[in-house]
Amino acid sequence: MVEAAPPIAPDSRVLIEDFLIDYAHAIDDGDLKRWPDFFTADGVYQIIPRESFDAGLPMGIMYCEGRGMMSDRVLALETANIFEPHTYCHILGRPRLNRDADGAFKARTNFNVFRTMQDGGGEMFAVGKYVDTIALEDGRPMLRDRRVVLESRRIDILLVFPL
Amino acid sequence: MVLAAAEDLSDPFEWPDAGVTRVPYRLFSDPEIYALEQQRIFRGPVWNYLCLEIDIPNPGDHKTTTVGEIPVVVTRDENGDVHAMVNRCAHKGALVCLKERGNSKTMTCVYHSWSYDLRGRLKGIAFRDGLNGKGGMPEDFDRDKHRLEPLRIEIICGLVFGTFSDETPSIESYLGEKMTASIRRNLGRPLKPLGMHSQIIHNNWKLYAENVRDSYHATLLHTFYTTFKINRLDMDGGIVMADDKWHHISFAKRKTLQESEEYQNANVHSAQYESKLDGPELLNTWDEYDDGITHSIQGIFPNLAIHSTLNSLAVRFFAPRGVDETELFWIYLGCEDDTEEQTNMRVMQGNLTGTAGLVSLEDGCINEFVQRGTRGSGDREAFIEMGGRDVEPSEASRATEVAIRGFWTGYRRIMGFA
Repeated sequence: MVEAAPPIAPDSRVLIEDFLIDYAHAIDDGDLKRWPDFFTADGVYQIIPRESFDAGLPMGIMYCEGRGMMSDRVLALETANIFEPHTYCHILGRPRLNRDADGAFKARTNFNVFRTMQDGGGEMFAVGKYVDTIALEDGRPMLRDRRVVLESRRIDILLVFPL
Repeated sequence: MVLAAAEDLSDPFEWPDAGVTRVPYRLFSDPEIYALEQQRIFRGPVWNYLCLEIDIPNPGDHKTTTVGEIPVVVTRDENGDVHAMVNRCAHKGALVCLKERGNSKTMTCVYHSWSYDLRGRLKGIAFRDGLNGKGGMPEDFDRDKHRLEPLRIEIICGLVFGTFSDETPSIESYLGEKMTASIRRNLGRPLKPLGMHSQIIHNNWKLYAENVRDSYHATLLHTFYTTFKINRLDMDGGIVMADDKWHHISFAKRKTLQESEEYQNANVHSAQYESKLDGPELLNTWDEYDDGITHSIQGIFPNLAIHSTLNSLAVRFFAPRGVDETELFWIYLGCEDDTEEQTNMRVMQGNLTGTAGLVSLEDGCINEFVQRGTRGSGDREAFIEMGGRDVEPSEASRATEVAIRGFWTGYRRIMGFA
C-alpha cells in the first residue's frame, strides 16, 4: 500500500529534482568521471531486476559500495572494457518524495533510457525506477543508496555505463 | 521445416577436409542447419539443462523453460517427484502453463479447459459428453492416449536435465567421470539462489558455446585484470576434456597460495592481488575449495556452462532464440550455510561476470561481431589451430583452442556431418 507522502517544501523538491536530473545528464553527456561524486563516500549503487528486488535476492547486475568501486567502474569502461560506442538518453518521471526521520529524502523516480548505437539506430534500452535515499551534506544532495530497479531482467547485448 | 538428417538440407553440407580445425561460417547463419539442430541435437540424444531443483522446491511448483525452441514445463508432483513435459496442449497446441513460475495441483489449458495432472496426464476435458446430450467427443475417445509430451529427466546436484531421446545414456555416463566430479565439487551441496538475469546476444548459440570453450581469448579480449595490474601471471591451469570431447573444463590455480594456508579457517584474502583498484574489496575472497583451483568454467554440450570464479558460482544457460539470436541466462548461486560475509563476497564478485561483468562484458558483443563479420561468407571458414590440431586434453596450458575443436567434434558426430 502506498502511503500518502507528507508535504515536501517546494524548495527542497526543486533541489532534489535538479539533482536527479543533473545525475542523468552527466551520464547522457558521457561525463562519467562525475558519476561517483553524486554519491556519499560510502554510497551504495545497484542495478537489479525487479524480480530479484521484489524477492529480496541480494544479487543484481551491477553493485558498488563506496566511491572507490564506482571510480574503478568508470576507469574500467573508459580504459579496459571493449564495446561498440553508444550513448544513453535518460527520460525521468516526477519523483515521489518522502523524508526520513534523520532528514534524508526517500525518492522513487520512474525512468526510461534510450540507447543509440554508432550506426544511428536507437531504441529503448531500459525501463524501471530509481529507489533512492538522498542525504544532504552541507546542504547538497548526495545519494546514500540508489537501487536501479529494472522492469526487465533481459538486457540487450550488454550493460556498460551505469544507469 | 522438419529436417531429420543432413541429407535433407537443400544445399548439402560437407565438413572441410581439415576437420575440426576449420569451421564453415555457414553453420552460424543457415536456417536449415538451425532447423536440423532442433531435431538432431535438442530432440536428440543429449541431456538438456531444464532448471534447478531449487526453482521448484515445493509440491505443485512449476517452472517453464525451452529445449532448443520447444517450450517445456518442469513440475514437482505431490510426492515430490520431478517431471518435465512439452508445454503444449494435446488438443490445439496452445501453451498450458503461461506463468514462468507457479504452484497448482493441476495444469489447465485456458483455450478449451483441458486439464492435466502434474505428470502431464490428461485428467479433464470440458464438455466431453457434450451439452444436453448433444455434441461432445466421439464415443471411442480415449483420454489416456492424449497427454503432454513427456521428457525423460535426471537430476544431478540439483541440476534438472531432460531428454527427448530413449538413446541418451544416464546423465553420469553422458557427462563422464571428470565432468561429473567437477559438478559435484561446485554444486554438490545445499544451494540457494542469489539472483538471476539474462541478456540477448545477437549471434548463433554455437558462437557462445565456442566462446565458453575459448581459453585463448580470455586475457586478450578481457583486459580488466591486466589494466588493473591484478597479477595473474602466477596462475597455471589447463583444459580437461570429457572422453566424448564435447564437454570441457578450463581451470586455473593461484599457485602462490600455500597449502598450509588453505586449511586455515575461512580467512579473507583482502587485496592479495597487488592491484590498482580503488575499491579492492571487489576481490575479497575466501578459500572455498581445497583443490587450489580458483577459476574454472565448464561447458556441457549443448548449451550449458557452470562457472566457479573465486567465490562466484553461476549456471549459464544459453537458449537459442533463432539462427542469429541467443538468450544467455546468468543464474547466480550461493550455499545455504554461507555466512553473511560470504554471501556479500559472492555478491561483490558478481561484478566480474554477467551482462555488466567487469571481466566478461565483452562476450556480450564479441560473438555478434563474428556473426556480423561472417555475413555473406557462408562458404568461408574459421581457422582453429591454436594449441595444435588435435582434440586431446591440454592439462598444462590454456593457450589453446582444443576445447573448441572438442565441441565441433561432438557437433559433427551428432549432426551426422561427416
